[in-house]
Amino acid sequence: MKNSRPATANYFPRDRAWHPQAYAPGYKSSVLRAPQRPLIAFANTLSETTGPAFGHDMIGPLDNDLTLNFAQPGMSAIGERVVVQGRVMDERGQPVPNVLLEFWQANAGGRYRHKKDNYLAPLDPNFGGCGRTVTGDDGTYAFRTVRPGPYPWPNGPNDWRPAHIHISVFGQAFAQRLITQMYFEGDPLIPRCPIVRTINDPAAIDMLAARLDMDASAPMDSLTYRFDIILRGSRSTLFENRLEGN
Amino acid sequence: MTSVKPAPLYPFKESPSQTAGPYVHIGLTPNFCGIEGVYDQDLGIAMVTDKAKGERITVEGRVFDGAGTPLKDVLVEIWQADSNGLYNSPAEQRGTADPAFTGWGRCAADQTTGHFRFETIKPGRVPFTDGRLQAPHINIWIVARGINLGLNTRIYFEDEAEANAADPVFQRFEHQDRVATLIASGGNGKYSHDIHLQGPQETVFFDI
Repeated sequence: MKNSRPATANYFPRDRAWHPQAYAPGYKSSVLRAPQRPLIAFANTLSETTGPAFGHDMIGPLDNDLTLNFAQPGMSAIGERVVVQGRVMDERGQPVPNVLLEFWQANAGGRYRHKKDNYLAPLDPNFGGCGRTVTGDDGTYAFRTVRPGPYPWPNGPNDWRPAHIHISVFGQAFAQRLITQMYFEGDPLIPRCPIVRTINDPAAIDMLAARLDMDASAPMDSLTYRFDIILRGSRSTLFENRLEGN
Repeated sequence: MTSVKPAPLYPFKESPSQTAGPYVHIGLTPNFCGIEGVYDQDLGIAMVTDKAKGERITVEGRVFDGAGTPLKDVLVEIWQADSNGLYNSPAEQRGTADPAFTGWGRCAADQTTGHFRFETIKPGRVPFTDGRLQAPHINIWIVARGINLGLNTRIYFEDEAEANAADPVFQRFEHQDRVATLIASGGNGKYSHDIHLQGPQETVFFDI
C-alpha cells in the first residue's frame, strides 16, 4: 500500500444518459434484468466514499502477462501479441494511483475457458484468460496478452461480439467501482454489436475503443494499444475539506 | 458555421460501463471456474480472520430476474464497516479499522442454485452526511450478464428495528413499503436476503 492521499469528498453523480441504458431490448438479456423502479439517490456517505485497497505486493510477477500466466514452462499463448497500456484517471484528469485492475477475455479464436462456452473454436492449452495489475503512482498500468478473437453469441440470429477485453476497476471509493469492456479501434463489429449499442452516445462508445500506439509498440515483439480509463471525479472544495486535500 | 460549444468544465467523462457478461468468473473468481494456478486464491473469499472483532454472521440469498428465475451467473460484491463502524480503507479518516477484517467480499453465485453466501461480521453504525447514525448495513454491488451498469443496493438487518426506524436513508423513501426490500430476515448470526431485479418485490437500487 502506498500512502497516497485519498479523495475525501462527494463523487460527481453518474451521468446515466452517458452510461448504457439498463433496459436495452436489443440486448435481450437486459430485458428481465433491468430494474424498472426509479433508483433512489442520496448524498454520498462514508459507505460510498470509502473502498477497499489492494497492495502492489498482492500482484505476482506474471499476473499482468496473459501470454504466460497460464502457459506451460517454455510455452506461450497463441495469437497476436499485444500490450495494453494507459492511465486510470478521474473526471478531473487526476491520476488514480494504486487501484486494482482485473482483466478477462476470450482466446485468439474467440473461445472462453469457461464451461458455459461451447463455441466451435478450440481452447488454447496455454491461455487461461485472466490477468490483473495495480496502477502506479501516476495512475499508469500495462498488461500483455493476445488479441482476443470475435465470436458469435445467441442474441439475434447472427450477432457477433467485436474483439474485446473485459476490465474491472476499483477506484478509491466503492462509488467508483466499474466494469467495462475495451474494444480495438477500427473493428467493423463495434457499431453492429447489441451490447455496444446499449450505449446511446457515439462519443461514449468511442471512449471504449483502444488506439493503436505504434510509437509504444515493441519492434519484433508486440503491438501496443492505448486505453485510458476514467473514473468518477470527486467534488472537493476549499470550504468542504482541508486545504491540502485539494 | 456551427455554434460554438463551451469548453467542458472537466477534461473527461467517466468511462461508460459495459456488462460483466456471462464469463465474469474468469476474471474475478478464476479458481471458482476452474482456472487454477494463476492466482493462489480468489479475491474476497475470506473477509474475517480468527482475530476479527464483532459478531460473526452469515448472509445468504439469491438474485431473481423479472420472471422469478434466480440468476446463476451473478457476481455479488459487498463492502461494509467493521464492528465499530469504521471502514478498512485509505479514505477512512476517523480512525483505524480492525486490521483483522477486510470489509470487502466477493462471491460468485452457485452455478446450480444461484445462492450467494458471505461469512462476515455484523457492521457497526456509520454516520450519514449530517452526523446522524445510519442503521447497520452492508453495501452491495451486483454484476451479471444483462446488467449493463453494476447495481448498488444495501442489506439492513431485521433485528435492528430501532436503528432501521431512524435510518436517514430510509427516511428519503417516498414509498415506505419499499424499505422491506432491503431488510435481511433472520437473527442469531444467520441472515437471508433475496434481491429482486423487477416485479412487485423489486429491491430498491441506489443512485450513489
